[in-house]
Amino acid sequence: MLEDITMPSLGADMTDGTLNEWLVKEGDKVDVGDIIAVLETQKGAIDMEVYSAGTITEILVAPVAKVSVGTVLARLALTDTSSQAPLKKERTETLTTELKTSDVTKEGISQEVNTQDTHSQHDNSQEAGVNILTAQVESVQAEAMQTSRVLASPIVRRLAKEQQLDLAGIKGSGPQGAILLADLNAFLANDEHENISKTASSEQNMRQAIAAAMAKSKQEIPHFYISLAIDISAAQQWLQRHNKNKSPDERVLLLALLLKALAKSLLKYPQLNGFYQDASLPSSVFQGDVSQGEGFKQASAIHIGNVISLRQGGLLVPAIHDVDKLSVQEIMESLRDITQRSRTGHLRTSELTDASITVTNMGERGADSVFGVIYPPQVAILGFGKNKKELILANDKVTEVDKITACLSADHRVIDGMIAAKFLNYLSKQLQQPERL
Amino acid sequence: MNTENIEQLIIEAIQEVAPEIEQDDIDMDEDLREECDLDSMDFLNYLMALKQSTGISIVETDYSQVSTFNEMLSYLAKRLN
Amino acid sequence: MTTQTLSYREALRAGIEQALVDDERVFLMGEDVGRYGGCYGVSKGLFERYGDKRIIDTPICEAGFVGVGVGAALGGMRPIIEVMTVNFSLLAMDQIVNSAATLRHMSGGQLNVPLVIRMACGAGLQLAAQHSHSWENFYAHIPGLKVLSPATHNDARHMLIQALADPDPVLIFEHVMLLNTNGEVSEQSDAAMEKAIVRKQGSDVSLLTYGGSLAKAMAAAEQLQAVNISAEVVDLRCLRPLDTKTLLASVKKTHRAIIIDEAWLTGSLAGEISAIIMEQAFWQLDAPVKRIATVEVPIPYPSHLEQAALPQVEQIVAAAKDIMVAH
Repeated sequence: MLEDITMPSLGADMTDGTLNEWLVKEGDKVDVGDIIAVLETQKGAIDMEVYSAGTITEILVAPVAKVSVGTVLARLALTDTSSQAPLKKERTETLTTELKTSDVTKEGISQEVNTQDTHSQHDNSQEAGVNILTAQVESVQAEAMQTSRVLASPIVRRLAKEQQLDLAGIKGSGPQGAILLADLNAFLANDEHENISKTASSEQNMRQAIAAAMAKSKQEIPHFYISLAIDISAAQQWLQRHNKNKSPDERVLLLALLLKALAKSLLKYPQLNGFYQDASLPSSVFQGDVSQGEGFKQASAIHIGNVISLRQGGLLVPAIHDVDKLSVQEIMESLRDITQRSRTGHLRTSELTDASITVTNMGERGADSVFGVIYPPQVAILGFGKNKKELILANDKVTEVDKITACLSADHRVIDGMIAAKFLNYLSKQLQQPERL
Repeated sequence: MNTENIEQLIIEAIQEVAPEIEQDDIDMDEDLREECDLDSMDFLNYLMALKQSTGISIVETDYSQVSTFNEMLSYLAKRLN
Repeated sequence: MTTQTLSYREALRAGIEQALVDDERVFLMGEDVGRYGGCYGVSKGLFERYGDKRIIDTPICEAGFVGVGVGAALGGMRPIIEVMTVNFSLLAMDQIVNSAATLRHMSGGQLNVPLVIRMACGAGLQLAAQHSHSWENFYAHIPGLKVLSPATHNDARHMLIQALADPDPVLIFEHVMLLNTNGEVSEQSDAAMEKAIVRKQGSDVSLLTYGGSLAKAMAAAEQLQAVNISAEVVDLRCLRPLDTKTLLASVKKTHRAIIIDEAWLTGSLAGEISAIIMEQAFWQLDAPVKRIATVEVPIPYPSHLEQAALPQVEQIVAAAKDIMVAH
């Protein structure tokens, strides 16, 4: 059965996108989540994922081409998942067992050589025997790891990082399309090193996209705002204790705690976690739970979008998925990961399209509070301001506490003030017991 | 390790998070986070880069001792020699 | 500097003779080393020239005479123990590992065992399963030992003297297929015994090897030149301790490495070297490290099967072509 791969919509207001490069060709097998192309949208360079497993049968659009959202770019012959995937897994497991028992008899060797696609160039049994372990390891890796990252040799990775080159723009001639040194050198010699996400025109595009989304939001969504100063002394103490004996890469920032608290609060107040569907929105924005009519559609998961400012200006809002199911440490790692990938232009389409609510953390930048603009079709955005010390009277004593102001902007078509206030209070309560987050 | 080497490592660590910054852009006695527009995530990544290159892990309670470029320089110099 | 052309066995003999002449504490002991002139003819003529106090024939009892060697070394002498082939060293393992290698540690540094053990090794003479082993890796595993592999005639000539100067036990592995070959010998060693040497400069791939496989690597490098692949050949020379500095410098230069090892692949030195490259030169690699080793079967007797089991020049060439495209 054939499936169309189309130019995705990455936002309510996006109308077209540019196909910059294919990372697969006709005949390639792909797995769910594989990155198959590099697109450029108003939000910058994006890795396009494929959502089904199968074989690419036709490439219909050649790069570089600007096409409307929904244009068919390629076709995929779907794999019959009931027979294909388990077979792969089985072979992988068999191979692994073979390696572990190292049962390398001559018969075993020639059998394995026949079933594997070894790269040896001569066929005497000695080479088969000697290189069999290498070949088996290679094949196991190839089978077990259909990765969706750009493959490159270690030296290429290092050099690209040093020279701030985007690997996604370099063609690889190595195994599984890996970029080798020769490929990198050829690329550099070719003078085509525009790091796509850094050109002036992309920034302009990004500005336009933000402008369009924000304008639409303010025109259509009746925002109301409600704020609460939250005592985060307990949270700060928890962080200090947690981070005390940890190296920098294991430390947790306040934002991770805030996100977890938010996720917990959304479990209790799901009315803030979802989408407002109106007739004008394409149904692709809602993942699956689409029904007729306008109104609030509950999101099926808690994916929190994080506003990330880019150093050269502009911003991206990638989502962390299923925040309620992640530990604080895992949230921290995700934050680190998306911040990194936002800057290098390697976000995935799914990350940019499926946030069910957004958080903007302006405390770092020195603002007391921030009343954000809701990103349609979401119905709320939560802003956090900076940490301020206050003296309060508690138990007849004057004590110093840390407070930040949380501001909720909410869509009055679907959320009432009372729910919003209760939500903020619940959020505040969660932050008083950080160890339970 | 001499001062120049350490300076180099600090600059490299800053450039990991803020690739456009050059040493000349920075006022050595001003808060580095403000000078280079680093948020707390950037700051952590900067510390991670320094840990990788110098082996020194700067504890949270010492953050106030390493606010400026020069403060970081003397903090590291003390521990690397 | 004058050079001469000698056979490998003549070079070994010249080294032993120099040792006997320079230091009266030196003596050679082993099976058939005296009256027979050495099972491989290495000590031919020495018994006649130096007598039975310097060239000592032993019964067939490796544990015994290696143990005597340990004792003599502890007593202040400088024995050269010849174990006919590494295969028989199994019988003396306890003496080598638990006495020679370990007494210095166990005595808190009070005792040194300045013992040199020479052993013939390797396959190719159709000596079959029990007499064709390459066990440099077994011994390179043991702290307290040094392990040398003279692959060139000059090293055969001079490494023994260097080994005897070491106050701790040194094992020297002499590949049987080299014995009859001829090569240049000069008046001095090429380098300190712990150093690896780049025998041929190259820029595309590093061929790392030792002992009997060096000649194969060199031959492969020449063939590769003809197809424009510039191979660098590194003769490891000392297997414990490994000269990681030299071998890593080579890999950092070429970004690709192939290790050629006549031992069986599993647990081989090739695995150890591959791990070292991974740990210390990962970010320099443009392709995974390759290993070429002997097929994991007891070494066959029939010549065509024996050769089929051992690393060959064609394999090295093919591996180098593959590695250039990271396969």
